[in-house]
Amino acid sequence: MLALPSAAAPAPRRQLFVGTALGCVAGGALIGAMLALWMRLRTSALDVPDGRWIPRGIKVPMVPANTMLLAFVPIYVFVQWAVWAARRDARSQTALALSLVGVIGLAVVNAQAYIYARMKLPINGKGATAFNAMFYSITGTYVLLVIIGIGFSLITAFRYMGGRTSDREIVSAHALYWYFLGALFFALWFVVYVTK
Amino acid sequence: MTTIDTHAGGAPTTTSSARVVGEWLTTTDHKRIGRLFIGVSLVAAVGLVVVATLLGIERIDAEAAMLDINSIPQIFALYRIGLTFAVLLPLLLGIAIAVVPLQLGARSLTFPRLAAAGFWTWFIGTVLVMISIVANGGPGGGDAKFVGLFLVSHIVLLLGLVAAAGSLATTILTTRAPGMNMRRVPVFAWSSLVGSLGLLLVLPAVIGALIYNYIDYRYGRIGFGGNVAINDWIGFGFTQPATFVFAVPVFGFAAEVIAVSSGRKLPMRGVIFTGLALVGISAALGGILQQPAAVSRDISHFSLGDWLSDVLPYGLFNLLPVLGGFVVIALGALAMRGGRPRIIAPLVFGLLGALMVFVGMVANAVYQIGDAQLAGTVFEEGAWLYIVYGAVLSALGAVTYWGPKLWGRLIPDKQVLPLAGLGFIATVLASLPYLIAGFAKQPANASEFDYSGPQNLWNGLSAAGHLLMFVTVLAFIGLALRSFTKGADAGDDPWDGQTLEWATSSPAPYANFTDVHTVASAEPLLDLKPRRDR
Repeated sequence: MLALPSAAAPAPRRQLFVGTALGCVAGGALIGAMLALWMRLRTSALDVPDGRWIPRGIKVPMVPANTMLLAFVPIYVFVQWAVWAARRDARSQTALALSLVGVIGLAVVNAQAYIYARMKLPINGKGATAFNAMFYSITGTYVLLVIIGIGFSLITAFRYMGGRTSDREIVSAHALYWYFLGALFFALWFVVYVTK
Repeated sequence: MTTIDTHAGGAPTTTSSARVVGEWLTTTDHKRIGRLFIGVSLVAAVGLVVVATLLGIERIDAEAAMLDINSIPQIFALYRIGLTFAVLLPLLLGIAIAVVPLQLGARSLTFPRLAAAGFWTWFIGTVLVMISIVANGGPGGGDAKFVGLFLVSHIVLLLGLVAAAGSLATTILTTRAPGMNMRRVPVFAWSSLVGSLGLLLVLPAVIGALIYNYIDYRYGRIGFGGNVAINDWIGFGFTQPATFVFAVPVFGFAAEVIAVSSGRKLPMRGVIFTGLALVGISAALGGILQQPAAVSRDISHFSLGDWLSDVLPYGLFNLLPVLGGFVVIALGALAMRGGRPRIIAPLVFGLLGALMVFVGMVANAVYQIGDAQLAGTVFEEGAWLYIVYGAVLSALGAVTYWGPKLWGRLIPDKQVLPLAGLGFIATVLASLPYLIAGFAKQPANASEFDYSGPQNLWNGLSAAGHLLMFVTVLAFIGLALRSFTKGADAGDDPWDGQTLEWATSSPAPYANFTDVHTVASAEPLLDLKPRRDR
């Protein structure tokens, strides 16, 4: 058997951070593809004479959608605050920051539910277009990603508060994921809510 | 300097069959996860090649229908989706999961539970997809419940593959032996990284289309055409150029085994890496952008707008992968030149497999030439078959090559080498007639048609090719089962390898290596061996 030089155990690589980044890539491809199909079908629907994309009588409420977008501003601040606090072993601040992220994440989900309730968009029926099912599909998929983010916040908080204060990588990965969710929502907000 | 403990103790062996089953069901050992992928894929390959044979026979004579005409669209779906997502993709992914951490000098896969969850998710999804198609679901299916089941289970299947690919990609990026920078990773590991990153781009796009299709189908059937149009929306996932992404590891394996059999270092590794990246990136982008990339032969009168809208996408998504494949094959040939490569079974499998995939890529480039008028013909199926069967051939070679490291035993070269030739003949026989029949305008996905060519001849030859492939895969499974359970001990380095996986015992212990090793080159073992003929 050949002899290779042995080495000291390597420094931990940022596995969770890189894994989260790759997960964000996959999530970006998912929502990106859905947005692309949305635009494609929208164009097809409007190219027809007298074609409609949004069914008659349906109004897309912009206020809660804009609020969802604005909610990412404090989320961005709080996730970075959590990273900053974790680096300084400030447990209470880290816990507070992570909790706030989770709460605002819940508010984002709540706002989406409010949009559904306000729009009263039937998923099928008379006058329905492809818009109906696609609206629920893409926004529902995004809500699922946000719920995953809230779960990430909970797990990060529990791990950190449970004593693993040296595990700062998870706090960084958590921040990365929420940055990704914010960027994704910006694209979704523009295509689905603004462009309609 | 520390010698490697060649027979380090691993996980305790058990004799109770229930415990063994339980261990396999709950394993987080990447070698077992990889073998699960490989085993299930090979079994699926046997079944699906039978389906392919039946379709080939059905197309021999349009008058005599062996299969129910109403079930033909679903049988085609089973054939295409099955061979892509239940054979091609998981087979190569499984080999990579089993082998790449060993090549990197890592003790385990990153996120092993994620990879294990990925396998079981894929397995359950695959079973449900098969059931739904057989039960009159699937594209063109008549039973709404099972069409819905097909769409959902397809999502589940793809999620499993995404999870496994994510785990593999993270391992390659973060868990390497000291001294192993990205330029020193083995070629197969690099190709697996390119492939898995491509999967992370392409498969979620297919999932997105499936989500839309499912919600629309379940609740309204307004925007997506219902069950008959499913393939229009998700077909990009199992046609070219997406299949190039799935088959990238074929080129990595070929380059690796060429180097080992020649006893030489691969020349211009950076260029080989670039070639592999070209195949992966351009194919992944082509797959997810779905931009029409057909071009006319007569480009002399093209305006700048025509160049940008037609020629550029054509070149990017169809010619760049061909260039990448050519670079890898050419540099591999350069490595063999001047040396005396040992003709070992993995080399023959690897070379033939890579050649077949390359031919499929070239065929696809021809298919995209609008003036050839090949759209809607079986030409595309012929190109796809070259890629799928070429990848299967390569995978058989990879199992032969790395089998000793996983099972500790060797498949005798003399017994497995004829299967390489048989598999090659099977691939050509199954695929080439469809390329010819495509020029004669045989329509795609149809069992009843009327066209100008000798229908019996081309379809008969193709059916014979599928049958030969069935024999090849079945024979290989039998030979592998016998050799890996009762065959001769392989020794730790039966191929005179160059990379880290050959520096540990065969079979590799649970944690792969007892010591962490430092590497100073891309071929750490080759540097330690007496110079053979480099």
